[in-house]
Amino acid sequence: MSEYLLEMHDVSKSFPGVKALDHAQLCLRPGKVHALMGENGAGKSTLMKCMFGIYKMDEGEILIDGQKSVITDPMDALKKGIAMVHQELQPIPARTIGENIFLGRYPMKKALGFIPMVDHAKMYEDTAKLLKKVRMDFDPKAKVGSLSVSQMQSVEIAKAVSANCRVLILDEPTSSLTQNEVDALFRIIEDLKAEGVAIVYISHKMDEILRISDEVTIMRDGHYIGTWEAKELTTDMIITKMVGRELKNLYPIRENVPGDVVFKVEDFTSINPKSFRHVNFELRKGEILGVGGLVGAQRTELMEGLFGTRSHSAGKIYYQGKELKINRPKDAIDQGIAMLTEDRRGSGILGVLSIADNISISSLKKYLDWNICINSKKVENLVQENVKKMAIKTPSSKTQIKSLSGGNQQKVLVGRWLANNPDVLILDEPTRGIDVGAKYEIYCIIADLAKQGKSIIMISSEMGELIGMSDRIMVMCDGRVTGFVEGKDATQENIMALATQFE
Amino acid sequence: MENTKKITPQLWAKKALSAAKSNPIVVLLAIVSIIVGFFVENFFSWGNLGNLISNTAIRFIIALGVSGCLITKGTDLSAGRQVGLAACLAGALVQRGDYTGRLWKGVPEMSMWLVLLIVVAVGICIGLINGIIIAKLKVPPFIATLGTQTIIYGICLVFTDAQPIGGFQKKYISLITGRIGSTKGFYIPYFFFIALFFGVIFWFIYNKTCHGKYMYAIGGNEVAAEVSGVNTTATLIRIYATAGFMYAVAGYLLAAKSGGSSASMGMGYELEAIAGCTIGGVSTTGGIGTVSGILVGVLVFELLKIVLQFLGVNPYYNYVVQGVVIVVAVALDIRKYIAKK
Repeated sequence: MSEYLLEMHDVSKSFPGVKALDHAQLCLRPGKVHALMGENGAGKSTLMKCMFGIYKMDEGEILIDGQKSVITDPMDALKKGIAMVHQELQPIPARTIGENIFLGRYPMKKALGFIPMVDHAKMYEDTAKLLKKVRMDFDPKAKVGSLSVSQMQSVEIAKAVSANCRVLILDEPTSSLTQNEVDALFRIIEDLKAEGVAIVYISHKMDEILRISDEVTIMRDGHYIGTWEAKELTTDMIITKMVGRELKNLYPIRENVPGDVVFKVEDFTSINPKSFRHVNFELRKGEILGVGGLVGAQRTELMEGLFGTRSHSAGKIYYQGKELKINRPKDAIDQGIAMLTEDRRGSGILGVLSIADNISISSLKKYLDWNICINSKKVENLVQENVKKMAIKTPSSKTQIKSLSGGNQQKVLVGRWLANNPDVLILDEPTRGIDVGAKYEIYCIIADLAKQGKSIIMISSEMGELIGMSDRIMVMCDGRVTGFVEGKDATQENIMALATQFE
Repeated sequence: MENTKKITPQLWAKKALSAAKSNPIVVLLAIVSIIVGFFVENFFSWGNLGNLISNTAIRFIIALGVSGCLITKGTDLSAGRQVGLAACLAGALVQRGDYTGRLWKGVPEMSMWLVLLIVVAVGICIGLINGIIIAKLKVPPFIATLGTQTIIYGICLVFTDAQPIGGFQKKYISLITGRIGSTKGFYIPYFFFIALFFGVIFWFIYNKTCHGKYMYAIGGNEVAAEVSGVNTTATLIRIYATAGFMYAVAGYLLAAKSGGSSASMGMGYELEAIAGCTIGGVSTTGGIGTVSGILVGVLVFELLKIVLQFLGVNPYYNYVVQGVVIVVAVALDIRKYIAKK
């Protein structure tokens, strides 16, 4: 008998262009909370998805009770006693708690002895028992949509518990919880520990990790760094181990000189109380302002608020002393702001349309003859100019944009925004999903724009990129701006410390 | 220049083959109609051609109207009923002053051009309402137009009292259903020119104006279009209003072509128009569709109907065949999309 309940050894997993896991490992003991830590993109979620059967690993093995085991899909994982509460909850809001918990495995009975039907009475009875077990006092027949996020989380945990799991994976379970709710969650975890369940706890919050976990495994760039007893560690030690990599010279030399303050945001607050609030910052002409923070820090939401795709309840935006009124993206664009969105496929490219259409859509009004007829020659000139300037690789300007590589799509989108000659450029994860070569080209474009006097706000989850490209870095945590770091003083440690400054 | 490739017969054959591969239904129907033409008398006749042109013209105008809705991933189920309402309204207003069975006796005899203006204005209003429901109230187009379809039919029944309307001004009928050419031999119906006119206008709108580009952008990715500064709300409202305009024109023409109108006129035309668009390559997944494609689609669909008629197929079976063609056309279109994924 192994001392471990579940072991993963030498797990590797590649996605096109990225090696997400490189000989990672994880060993779980029964009745212990095992924290899994690492930066965004270190491979924690990927490793868990391999364990849960969502991804197939390229290499490596999983042992359960010392026996070699293959997990084919999430159903199989559940059967083997592994349950997972996802970072992003996926409940069905219009159905009841009971129906959500027993989705796909409803207790059945036979009406009149032969007609199979769902045994609702048993389902709600079992649900009530489960809810009691996770110390939740809800009506099993309540609609999930009427619950708060934390209550939904408890329902998800109840669902995991209902599968009689021996391994429970909690992926950032507290990212949207209040302190009281976190305490309630920890009581449930203690109960489960007492029953001998092995718990994998993924979180960025150091104090929680040190409070709840018994062991800590740290990952970096898909590699296994090591496993330690939690009581041996301190916050500083964890951060050093998480970020401790050398920066290679991946960034162009910047020649931009930040000038006067041109763009100013005051007390900017979302209509959603959980999102960004009381944000103040200034942006200089020709400055690259990096925006750092963990996933869920509301960086994207803040920028979408400034750009008008999200609503705000309070706050003012000034450009060169003049207040801007922005209610929808068109207002922002008309006033010289551009935003390259994070989700290139979801809110960037017009997939089935041509490169020419994609690049000209924001600036069509500039190419009109007699105020109505689009001059295709002018559009073609725009395309050719961008193709040359940014080295966009495309067979022709009529090619559908979805057939280009991610890097080339991104260049087309940058071209779309530059066609409007904006003064302020918001770039949200500009190099996400782009191969290393194209990344450097994008960095050069950004550096060049700043040199031309454009003010740039760049959200990035890659520490290296943030430090390598920014004149100044604004760090956010949980909807608040927790501090600014001058680019020359920036280190991964001081950014991480600000990014984990939870209230 | 790179366009120095010689256009050889082989190149043409290659092009034709790839075009055939991407439009199997069009090819199939073309072959079938040629075969039918050789075996059935009178199929290849000037009369039949003129008939085909007239039928296609009206359907084409409706299909152009609905195409904007389809390209933006919407639909317009109220198209047929809007055509019916326009036909009845036009009929009621264009009745001769001395006609005994006049619907609105208090209304003086009007110029047919004034009638056209009124009908078109009403059509645009209905389209605006559709557009506002869809773009402002965010009701899914399928449901929104299902609702307005029923409402419009109800209004039409109320004001016509479900009675047929006749006694139109002679000039109205003769001017619209007129033709260029001999009565026996080759002729071109005026419908051809009307359809051509709208075809050119729509080609211009779809290819050369901001509105057209915005329409394709919304169909390609509505969120991205909004982020790129497209006023998606206004664009969608304009699209549905334009559609209402086109249905009104079609209804006005249809009443003249039939020489009378009734509330049930244009029944099912929305489905024919949607089918024509789909066969012609307007993608149900949005962002794709050309005016020439729509013309081919509508033409093929009308051809199918005439072929069935000449083959002496029981008219009730027509519905079955048409339905099959619609489903197959969409299935093939979706397959193209899935294959590329």
